[in-house]
Amino acid sequence: MKMRSVVSINNLSKVYKNDFRALKNVDLDIHKDEIFALLGPNGAGKTTLISIICGLVNLSEGNVHVEGYDIIKNYREARSKIGLVPQELSLETFENVFNNVSYTRGLYGKAPNPKHIEKTLKELSLWDKKDSKINDLSGGMKRRVLIAKALSHEPSILFLDEPSAGVDVELRKEMWQVIENLRDTGVTIILTTHYIEEAEAIADRVGVINNGEMIVVDEKESLINSMGKKTLTIELHDPITELPTNLSNLDLKIINNGKSLNYSYDRKSKHTGITSLLQSIREAGLKLKDLKTEQSSLENIFVELVSKDNS
Amino acid sequence: MNYYAVRAIYLHEMHRMWRTIFQSIMSPVISTSLYFIVFGSVIGAMIPQVDGVSYGSFIVPGLLMLTLLTQSVSNSAFGIFFPKYSGSIYEVLAAPISSFEIIVGFVGASATKSLIVGVIILVTASFFVELSIQYPLLMIFLLVLTCLTFSLFGFLIGLLSNNFEQLQVVPLIIITPLVFLGGSLYTIEMLPDFWQKVSYFNPVVYLINGMRYSFYGVSDINIWISVISLVSFLVICIFGVAIVITKGYNIKS
Repeated sequence: MKMRSVVSINNLSKVYKNDFRALKNVDLDIHKDEIFALLGPNGAGKTTLISIICGLVNLSEGNVHVEGYDIIKNYREARSKIGLVPQELSLETFENVFNNVSYTRGLYGKAPNPKHIEKTLKELSLWDKKDSKINDLSGGMKRRVLIAKALSHEPSILFLDEPSAGVDVELRKEMWQVIENLRDTGVTIILTTHYIEEAEAIADRVGVINNGEMIVVDEKESLINSMGKKTLTIELHDPITELPTNLSNLDLKIINNGKSLNYSYDRKSKHTGITSLLQSIREAGLKLKDLKTEQSSLENIFVELVSKDNS
Repeated sequence: MNYYAVRAIYLHEMHRMWRTIFQSIMSPVISTSLYFIVFGSVIGAMIPQVDGVSYGSFIVPGLLMLTLLTQSVSNSAFGIFFPKYSGSIYEVLAAPISSFEIIVGFVGASATKSLIVGVIILVTASFFVELSIQYPLLMIFLLVLTCLTFSLFGFLIGLLSNNFEQLQVVPLIIITPLVFLGGSLYTIEMLPDFWQKVSYFNPVVYLINGMRYSFYGVSDINIWISVISLVSFLVICIFGVAIVITKGYNIKS
């Protein structure tokens, strides 16, 4: 089934005044109601990409449509669909939480609606802080205020630029819950992150960007399945210092001070080689203590993709 | 027209004024009142009439202009510079709002603040010196026009400034000396010939004399020249701000 695209990016390039080419002919479609994670190392072009979509940075080439509206020609319609949570905690520090959030709603052309602001603040556990000055809030609360501001005008698309930057583990998980709840209410989420764990935990699809180029865009699961390798860890009863001769031509690594062996294999391949490996181990006279298999994480895939792209 | 956005910016800025009432209202009123007391009542009592009015009354339009100009510029410059400095400008740039609407919101609020200060100063002045306004409509027109024009000028300074020092340079190093040397405390006829000619290159001379004309019907300069120069400066500021904000200079890469 063809998914409806809510953000459509075509041949997008950005060259800054210092001739730095931050984005190179990027094409990308974001589907309705998905959580899309844009992964990439620092300086890869993630923030530039979402800043262009949100109107903070001018594009050099290409075009972007949000819900069918061109972000330049129909900027009012396009921007009114978008909520943005920036990476930096950029807030007016002397204003209180309620006024801060209401201000953003006004900027987006919506009539004041204290009930909606109240609902948003309650959902983000900020209601009891509504009269507090931004200055008096913790970093995590400021991050939530930014989310509340971005949701103040009831957008259908929410951009989160590095939502977990500088956030502790507990709050990060709380934030993931908030993001998933939002998706359930019909908000499409696009987040940039360099925490693979974040993409792995909540994203439906993943795009990997490096040096301004989109190197892969795929469903998270199929990316892991198609590119991920499995690892078999064989724990030995007695440690070894070198591989027995009948095992030396296999793709085996001695780890854990000789107490374990690692064997990588492609689980989709017809012959994984596990049966003959176990046979050879028995022939070599090694005693097994334990066996375990592990699917390679998105992190391994990401590192592999980026290093391949860099080389 | 994104009416709610203009309203949001305007009210947000006005709210900032009430939050900082000592700095935004009390401080300019107190400092200008000190001028009225020292120059108007105390020293003024020893100075003969100037252009047919007492010295205390003579300096009111000039001091009013001094406050309006500096307040309009600094209100507006700070109003746009602060969100730039704190980074919260991102939400104005990302919102579905045109450059014109941004300007109306920020500049409108800044001009309103200056007007409030101007009215309070006039009322305060009436306690210390004898005040008469011959052309009240002209006075209101000049008051509003000055507040708008210099708020726009301040907005331009705020957009172009990259730090607090740059923000202060124009009001302190340019506007204040121009106002002091623009005949706010004297008539330029009192100056030697050469300095009179030099004074005509000071744009503020035209503004102060226009305001003085609306009060007492006397001026060193024809009132129309004053109005035309103020309107011309307004047009220059409109173009300046429009170009800078449309190109996104200093706020958008």
